[in-house]
Amino acid sequence: MEHYSMNLTLKVWKQQNASAEGNFETYQVKDISSEMSFLEMFDVLNEQLIHDGKEPIAFDHDCREGICGMCSMYINGRPHGPWHGTTTCQLHMRAFKDGDTVVVEPWRANAFPVVKDLVVDRSSFDRIIQAGGYVSVNTGVSIDGNAIPIEKDNADKAFAAAACIGCGACVAACKNSSAMLFVSAKVSHLALLPQGNTERKNRVMNMVSQMDKEGFGSCTFTEACEAVCPKEISITNISRLNGEYAKASLASDKQ
Amino acid sequence: MKWSDFFTSSVGKKLIMSLSGLFLIAFLVVHVGLNACIWAMDDGVMFNKAAHFMGSNVVPRVLEIGLFATFFLHIIQGLVLEFQNRAKRKKGYAVKMGSKGSAWYRKSMGLLGTLILLFLIMHIAHFWVPSRITGLEPVYIDGKEYHNLFAEMASVFNDNLLVVILYVLGCFSLAWHLVHGFQSAFRALGLTNHKYIALINSVGIGFSVIVPLAFALMPVSFYLGWV
Repeated sequence: MEHYSMNLTLKVWKQQNASAEGNFETYQVKDISSEMSFLEMFDVLNEQLIHDGKEPIAFDHDCREGICGMCSMYINGRPHGPWHGTTTCQLHMRAFKDGDTVVVEPWRANAFPVVKDLVVDRSSFDRIIQAGGYVSVNTGVSIDGNAIPIEKDNADKAFAAAACIGCGACVAACKNSSAMLFVSAKVSHLALLPQGNTERKNRVMNMVSQMDKEGFGSCTFTEACEAVCPKEISITNISRLNGEYAKASLASDKQ
Repeated sequence: MKWSDFFTSSVGKKLIMSLSGLFLIAFLVVHVGLNACIWAMDDGVMFNKAAHFMGSNVVPRVLEIGLFATFFLHIIQGLVLEFQNRAKRKKGYAVKMGSKGSAWYRKSMGLLGTLILLFLIMHIAHFWVPSRITGLEPVYIDGKEYHNLFAEMASVFNDNLLVVILYVLGCFSLAWHLVHGFQSAFRALGLTNHKYIALINSVGIGFSVIVPLAFALMPVSFYLGWV
């Protein structure tokens, strides 16, 4: 593969705090290697800004290996940038060419308020998980995993759903700012496994209720979430959530 | 969980859109089937008899009340959801996603639905109001009096190119609304089996093409003198 350097124009959203107005700032970066990651390019820019006595751009990152779900940039009109099934940290500069202009924005949704620059508050996802995205286990010795038979097909589907890293790209991409792909991945992951069966009804009802309270929109199956998901979570999970929710709430005898 | 909690939740509202949409799809089958009688080439005898049955028999008359209620529910709920969902992102993006990953018609159900609503108002004014309220010219078939709905269709469509174009555009909006709505309705009901999803997608596309095309051909047939 050809290695090359590039000069880029960056238009980056700058916002001092949650209540500030915010605006785009334009930056020039030079001699960026095609082998750098997108975040490394931002590191170069921030070092340059610090060197010039300016404030660096705030952005979220942690593992930088595509598994933590912290990075959250909306790049040129697409969450996590132009590559399919890739987080921002795994997006490499070979996706761009010399002279490109790159527009970088934070996730936009009322439920994800901007904290500063490109950093958004995704604690609404944490509260949805707290509402039911877990399996209650009493203390004691853990049971041998192989002692519980699980059909391979279900194990695979549960594993694919469990791959969700909770980055919020689904919300960022959805025209309705719906969190259904995230919530359905968490519901499916546990509903498909025997360990999750005991609490499956309360789980789906509580998680959907919390999702609605957090101010996310409703799903209209536009499929944009699936297209941008870095973990390629299937929207079939949303269908599963719909079925689980209908069964749980219509069968529930709570007044 | 209370009934009210279920039907006011985001998933419950989606289920209402799904079930009402499926009922309206079933209505389209009845409507297109009955209207196809115009092509019997008998100067509307079969069509007027069929229309008479729908207007006089108790079962379709009761279903008609349900139909209006369902239309009302589907339209109001759809518009409310559209505005509620739009309000979930107060600050939008500078660079829009456009059609990256999501086909235009999947994101335009509110717009397509509104166009269908405008068409529906015109359509009701053209046919339902004269049939049920203001009255139609009588026609005698085998000595029995019927409403001449066939003649009404001819008077609406013959020599009236603008109305024919509006009807064809209405059917076009319906087709795209159905391409998304048909399969989305089943997904909202919890369909996860890929074998059935593939089947529903195929049947849905076939339905979305055939039914609106048949409807669109009706005004065209009158205008071009095919019936």
